[in-house]
Amino acid sequence: MARSNPEAPKRLAIIASKGTLDFAYPPFILGSTAAAMGWEVGIFFTFYGLPLLLRDYDPKVSPLGNPAMPLKMPFGPPALRQISWPIPALLEALPGFSLLATSLMEQTFEQKGVPSLRELRQLCIDADVNLIACQMTMDVFGFKKEDFIPECTVGGAATFLEFAADADVSLFI
Amino acid sequence: MADVLQPDRVLDCSGLLCPLPVIRTSKAIKEILPGQMLKVIATDPGAPADMEAWARQTGNELVDSHEEDGKYVFYFRRVR
Repeated sequence: MARSNPEAPKRLAIIASKGTLDFAYPPFILGSTAAAMGWEVGIFFTFYGLPLLLRDYDPKVSPLGNPAMPLKMPFGPPALRQISWPIPALLEALPGFSLLATSLMEQTFEQKGVPSLRELRQLCIDADVNLIACQMTMDVFGFKKEDFIPECTVGGAATFLEFAADADVSLFI
Repeated sequence: MADVLQPDRVLDCSGLLCPLPVIRTSKAIKEILPGQMLKVIATDPGAPADMEAWARQTGNELVDSHEEDGKYVFYFRRVR
């Protein structure tokens, strides 16, 4: 994974440390785009980011504790869709609210022409993005290698750092 | 200008947002031969800046870009 050739393509190294729907998008968007520009890409999935590599994973998002998140309706008259509903945090804490918020965000994304997370992850796989699952997180949270998509590799901090040492862009998300 | 450019392939990315126009463009350009021309149509307001950046990064030539009927139109020549 080390790079000695100065003519080598540019390299992007990302740490994906969060697994909610909103934080799941940036690593896959940036990774697939960089790969489309001919860059080498490695994404290290650690802590709450690790589940993004599970075979079956359906990230959620909650406006609770996420005060800047707009809550808008994906349907109805345009004027109504523009309203960011001021929902009290106490209501946001009710069971099912994060499911509702997740559904609204997913519908809005689809309507606007943003690909689903699953599509984006597949685009990264197709573009040979190096998806690294954090071994330590797997052990701590009790995941097995078989729980994850077969395209990912398993590694630790040293694996990622060796890749990132030659990176032109490094991001922690 | 657009009239004299003869694309070998046309890619319509209307209705798609970032990152799909760039990703589909990078796929489509690999399916034409070096020297051939790809026409891309997009409606994403971020497309002009992104397409220019993509061309610079990949070395493909952005021959022409303009707005046409409220859409963005790009002509890329595959360089290698």
